[in-house]
Amino acid sequence: MRVSTAMPRATTLPRLLPEDGNPESIRAHLARHGRIPYRGNTGVLIRDLEQSGLAGRGGASFPAHRKFASVLENAAKRRVAPVIVANGAEGEPASSKDAALLGLAPHLVLDGIQLAAETLGADRAYLYTHSVKLGDHVRQALAQRHEDLVAVEVVVAPPRFLAGQETALVSHLNGGPAVPTFSPPRPGERGVSGLPTLVQNVETLGHLALIARYGPQWFREVGIPDGSGSLLSTVRRPDGRARVFEVPFGLPLRDLLGDPTWIGAVLLGGYHGTWIHTDQALRLRLDNDSLSAVGASVGAGIVVALPVDACGLIETARSVRYLALESAGQCGPCLNGLPRISAALTDLARCRAGRRTLGDLQRWSGLVAGRGVCHHPDGTVRFVRSALETFAGEVERHMRGQCGATRREPFLPVPSDVARAEEDWV
Amino acid sequence: MSKQQQKLRVDWTACVGNGACAELLPELIELDEWGYPVVDGRPLPVLLEREARSAVAACPKLALRLMQS
Repeated sequence: MRVSTAMPRATTLPRLLPEDGNPESIRAHLARHGRIPYRGNTGVLIRDLEQSGLAGRGGASFPAHRKFASVLENAAKRRVAPVIVANGAEGEPASSKDAALLGLAPHLVLDGIQLAAETLGADRAYLYTHSVKLGDHVRQALAQRHEDLVAVEVVVAPPRFLAGQETALVSHLNGGPAVPTFSPPRPGERGVSGLPTLVQNVETLGHLALIARYGPQWFREVGIPDGSGSLLSTVRRPDGRARVFEVPFGLPLRDLLGDPTWIGAVLLGGYHGTWIHTDQALRLRLDNDSLSAVGASVGAGIVVALPVDACGLIETARSVRYLALESAGQCGPCLNGLPRISAALTDLARCRAGRRTLGDLQRWSGLVAGRGVCHHPDGTVRFVRSALETFAGEVERHMRGQCGATRREPFLPVPSDVARAEEDWV
Repeated sequence: MSKQQQKLRVDWTACVGNGACAELLPELIELDEWGYPVVDGRPLPVLLEREARSAVAACPKLALRLMQS
């Protein structure tokens, strides 16, 4: 067994991102972390993953070791080599942490892919990103590497909100449009080319590359028992600038948000996430145990502080319009429900709601939740319902034809490029 | 009970709101205001297994599925 010669690093952050904030060449990467600590056998790393408690960083917080174990088992049963996919298709407009990681520390992610390939006996690997520029950047990084076990193909996904959803990713890598599909089979059973496929977020693979070097104990020295290690969090404060921080699980949100005087409300988890009141946010920590008290979760680490002079309803309506346009349009309830929800919310935001608007919103929300092949309707409804609750006072004012906000320029980032035709999903 | 419980599921990418399922299995399926099935997600009662199978077989899009829960 080859053991890493790198010295265990101090338990300070950042771990993933280079301290100087500059993109890391292979030389800088090797100087910081040493060579890839291959284990010389399949399966070995899975125990380390389990002890580390590493959970997926793409949003669902699924235990990494369980995904690995199930892909390994499925591949063994069928006597085939599985496929590895590093998922960097960050379709969520409020998140930029995967782009930051791929931009600054591509070699850490690429090390993670190689270690995952060795662990599962995979002979094919992909890096899936939504950005042509990042794709080129990763290809340049790949050209600098000499110790890789498997070739990594960089695939650029269409810039769709849903393109990073696991089944959409598999559909795209199989030559189809990047739209979600019915499951089972899960990608871990039958994914790319029908083979068992491990899909892990790029940040998860970055952590894996560190756990392989410094061990699960080291990994757990940051964070809390229920949420081990650090995570990349995209934070948007009232100044509107997005910043990516590497923070420990369990960090008080207060420390991320800055001065609460200027914050009207807080959005956790992005456009499939949950609005909460500022005073609630100030009592919570960035971990699933703490956030579950308000029905929220860490997700992909998005934290947005809405400026106190902005209207939460106007902001939500703009984002929901985007979500409705970005529906893949495959599932009846989503196709019919999201545009109606969006239109009703826009009426409410513009103080043009009628007597039936709120009732319609509640009914349609109930009708789309849980009725699609992906979680787009569920996530959108969570976002809408939490807005109606958190901005209940503003809803009442809007029903009387008044809006308390003075700020008119949009705050939440909403891409102007939305899906209009089938070609936009290819 | 040794038999595994079953559940009705809809492949929403295939369903076009034809409505045959709701006609054949009104005990468990009704249609929403857009004509798409609202399926009771609970385990399928044994007494309705035969009707459920007919509804699954009757869907022209093969969108209704009976799955082990």
